[in-house]
Amino acid sequence: MSASPSVVQSVDHVALLPAYLAAGTAVLVLLTDLVLARPRATVAVAALGAVATALGAGLVGAGGGRRTFCVGGDCSYVFGGRAALVGAVFALLTLGVLGLSGGHLRAGRAPAGEYCFLLACSMTGGVVLGAAGDLITLIVALETLTLPLYVLVGLRRGSLASAEAAVTFFVVSVVATTVSLLGAALLYAVSGGLHLGRVGAVLAERPEVHDLPLTAAAVALLVLGLAFKVAAVPFHAWAPATYDGAPLPVAAYLSTASKLGGVVALLAVVTTALPADRTGPVLALLAVLTMTVGNLVALRQRRTVRLLAWSSVAQAGYILAPLGALALAAGRTGEARAGAYAAALAYAVFFVLLELAAFAGVTALRPPDADGGTLDDLRGAARRHPWLGAGLALALIGLAGLPPGLAGLFAKVTVVRSLLDGGAGWLALVVAVNAVIGLAYYLRLAATLYAAPAAAAAAPRARAVAAVLGVATVAAVVVGFAPQLVLDLAAR
Amino acid sequence: MSAGGVLLVAVLALPGLGAAVVAAIPADRAARLVGTVVAALTLLAAVPLAAGDRGWFAWSGAAPAVRPWHQFDVSWVPALDLRFHLGVDGVSYPLVVLTALLTLLCCGYTLWRVPAGGGSGRALVALLLVVEVGILGTFLALDLVLFFLFFEVVLLPMYAVIAGWGGEDRRRAARKFALYTLFGSVLLLVGVYVVVAAAGTADIVALTGGAGLSRNTQLFAFTLLAVAFAVKSPLWPLHSWLPDAHTQAPTVGSVVLAGVLLKMGTYGLIRVAVGVAPEGARWAAPVLGVLAVAAILVGSLVCLAQSELKRLIAYSSVGHMGFVLLGVATLTATGIQAALIGNIAHGVITGLLFFLAGAVKDRTHTGALAELSGLRETAPRLAGLLGFAAVASLGLPGLAGFWGEAFAVIAAVEVGGALWTTLGVLAAVGGALTAAYFLRLLRQVTHHRPSPAVDRLTPTLAGAEVAAWAPLVLLALAIGLAPVLVLGVAEAPVDALVEVLR
Repeated sequence: MSASPSVVQSVDHVALLPAYLAAGTAVLVLLTDLVLARPRATVAVAALGAVATALGAGLVGAGGGRRTFCVGGDCSYVFGGRAALVGAVFALLTLGVLGLSGGHLRAGRAPAGEYCFLLACSMTGGVVLGAAGDLITLIVALETLTLPLYVLVGLRRGSLASAEAAVTFFVVSVVATTVSLLGAALLYAVSGGLHLGRVGAVLAERPEVHDLPLTAAAVALLVLGLAFKVAAVPFHAWAPATYDGAPLPVAAYLSTASKLGGVVALLAVVTTALPADRTGPVLALLAVLTMTVGNLVALRQRRTVRLLAWSSVAQAGYILAPLGALALAAGRTGEARAGAYAAALAYAVFFVLLELAAFAGVTALRPPDADGGTLDDLRGAARRHPWLGAGLALALIGLAGLPPGLAGLFAKVTVVRSLLDGGAGWLALVVAVNAVIGLAYYLRLAATLYAAPAAAAAAPRARAVAAVLGVATVAAVVVGFAPQLVLDLAAR
Repeated sequence: MSAGGVLLVAVLALPGLGAAVVAAIPADRAARLVGTVVAALTLLAAVPLAAGDRGWFAWSGAAPAVRPWHQFDVSWVPALDLRFHLGVDGVSYPLVVLTALLTLLCCGYTLWRVPAGGGSGRALVALLLVVEVGILGTFLALDLVLFFLFFEVVLLPMYAVIAGWGGEDRRRAARKFALYTLFGSVLLLVGVYVVVAAAGTADIVALTGGAGLSRNTQLFAFTLLAVAFAVKSPLWPLHSWLPDAHTQAPTVGSVVLAGVLLKMGTYGLIRVAVGVAPEGARWAAPVLGVLAVAAILVGSLVCLAQSELKRLIAYSSVGHMGFVLLGVATLTATGIQAALIGNIAHGVITGLLFFLAGAVKDRTHTGALAELSGLRETAPRLAGLLGFAAVASLGLPGLAGFWGEAFAVIAAVEVGGALWTTLGVLAAVGGALTAAYFLRLLRQVTHHRPSPAVDRLTPTLAGAEVAAWAPLVLLALAIGLAPVLVLGVAEAPVDALVEVLR
């Protein structure tokens, strides 16, 4: 096929099935909104589409690796086990966020049709992102993931905070994209390739290219551009303001799916394209800064969503930490390297699960369409709603990495283990000390939930939100007792 | 699965499931009753663990240094080298029984009285059972990662016990406890994986003796592990969480904290730190010894100046655990045996002391020693028991406290050399100071004319109190008169451990 002079590529539609399903969901949502004009039906179609996408990703992934859009040996779209995991997680996160959105949509401050359409578009970007095999596909997928979010953040009618958040997010994100694009262009200039595997091979085989100052600049720009997306320090300043200004379900999406997108993109370029001896020190520094600054600033937060936002900055540091082991020669051996990537992805999966549960808990305990409020607004909430409160407390404890939140504990254990396998004991100690700082604020929030209530302002129950919290909690408990499930998938 | 394996799993599963059941029962008193029954069943399951296969005792060159009587071993998370590997031997068995006993006594005590503070009684019982799972799991784990996991399980339930049912300043004390001990356990996590990454296995049985670990790895691992356990034990100067936590915790919380939770540190030091990194232990032994003696002296001197009953007992724990750590630091059979019996004796006696201090505080609503004079006049039985516990704690021969302290000093002197002889002498001086502050306590509390707070007291003791205290009084006597109860089972494993230390 590739030997043929014809420019017509054979396209493996089965490999593309999850992406078709995700994009089809977006179109169907739009049509449903147009024809039926009933918010319930629109949300139901979006939810069904998300389920279908998750199933599709799982089924295609289970059938072994598939690749398409190939030129020679380089493929722009590689759908293997890892892509399936990422795609399924994106679809399920979208489903979860849809479940959280009921109160927001019913309050009528955001149009249901547009809201669901934008979420489905973003999901499409996420599904493709996991399978991206070249830099262009990667950046376009990442933009497809992010672009709808600018609108979603600002969609809350009549809210100044929301508009401000949207503008901040938009400006920062566009700059970040430009920086990554510049990095990708420079990388193309030095290596002559855009496919991740090709760029990696060229840089590994030709030391004169590897040692060019231009290469260093290209690597730095690409990594830093993507660091914006994961909100790594010092490129994190947009995150707390944006999360706090956005509606709660959108903030949940930002801190889970959007962050996962950044991590997946970063992993993709670091795994195959970029030389580890260049990226390792940068990533180690980013990881240390990110977790330390995130945790220290989170200590001082009085607003719930800001606290979660800063904590998710810190969590991004833990995700990046295993990659920091690449800074040392011992961390660049084949086995340690594979372990580091798997650990980063596994941590990211554990994290988004717990973070979704935490946001679901906050949404459930607050009045419909309220923002996150201050910590005092949640005082005694767990005494009024024991089950919802317990779910939120479990998620927070999991994020802190302690039993009974075993999922979070195993996530931390995975990171520490991969760091010590890579010989980066000092980084493991930094992670360990940060876990102690992290406990201080997670514990404060969890203890507030169980404190004596100030005023009896019972939040009305939203069944869908409670269901999301329940499912996320059950999932966290299951992977807490059987972390091997996630670790196996991440290692594939 | 062998009968022993079933028992091992039952010892952990009973309190674990029991906690869930207790939390699910809406009726408060019924839930507490169920919790007490579960704690009793756990004790019943723990006691027969002694009837094990001791064929290992026969000497053979290939036998590992840890020779469990019973084992239970299934794979859990292969990617993290985590196996669900439980086992019990002479080092852990007395601690397992002590934990089960103290939890039973605390649950029974809660049946009679729920501490004020807002939380429900059933939640307290459920948390106590979860704490029991964590402590028992720590003592039974034969896999390093599993050990770490159980070590962490204890943290938040104990935090909740202090924060939910404690004294006025409970939140700060609870937070301090949680952050300090988490600091210890994250170092433990790093230390565990330093060992696992170097050795390729997390099996404590295989690792004991420092199997194939390089000297540098052992030094690094021992440093991390020793600091981790020193926070938990606690060893001066990392002890500052302990007085606050003990003082603010409710009576049952203090009993569990002092009685068995601290032992996780010393047990871990013996089984994990010394066992896995013997070379590191030899290297760090003088430092440990000096810190232990400093703890003894600092603890006793602070106690001499204390004016609050629970705080005094809390600081006395610092001193007593100093003796235990001194025993471990000698790295001799005598020293480690002294540490083990000191552990048990301290658990029994300090558990009793905290029960009594709680009873005094509940009756008089004050813990200030100056306001407690004349207890003998109005509550002679309580005063008598307090006297008994204090005398046992200061190490009177014939009671449980004597053996651990005396043999720790003897072991230090036996090691010889200027340093260890000095340490032994200083520790003996610390022992004398211990006697001084306990006698001062007794003089202040029991003698003189009754203070207004004490004058109101009636001499009666509740049946539940007698039931909770009697086993501890009897054990203090029994271990004092027949130390072989503990030393008999511990002798063989300690000899095996010291063998690999050489």
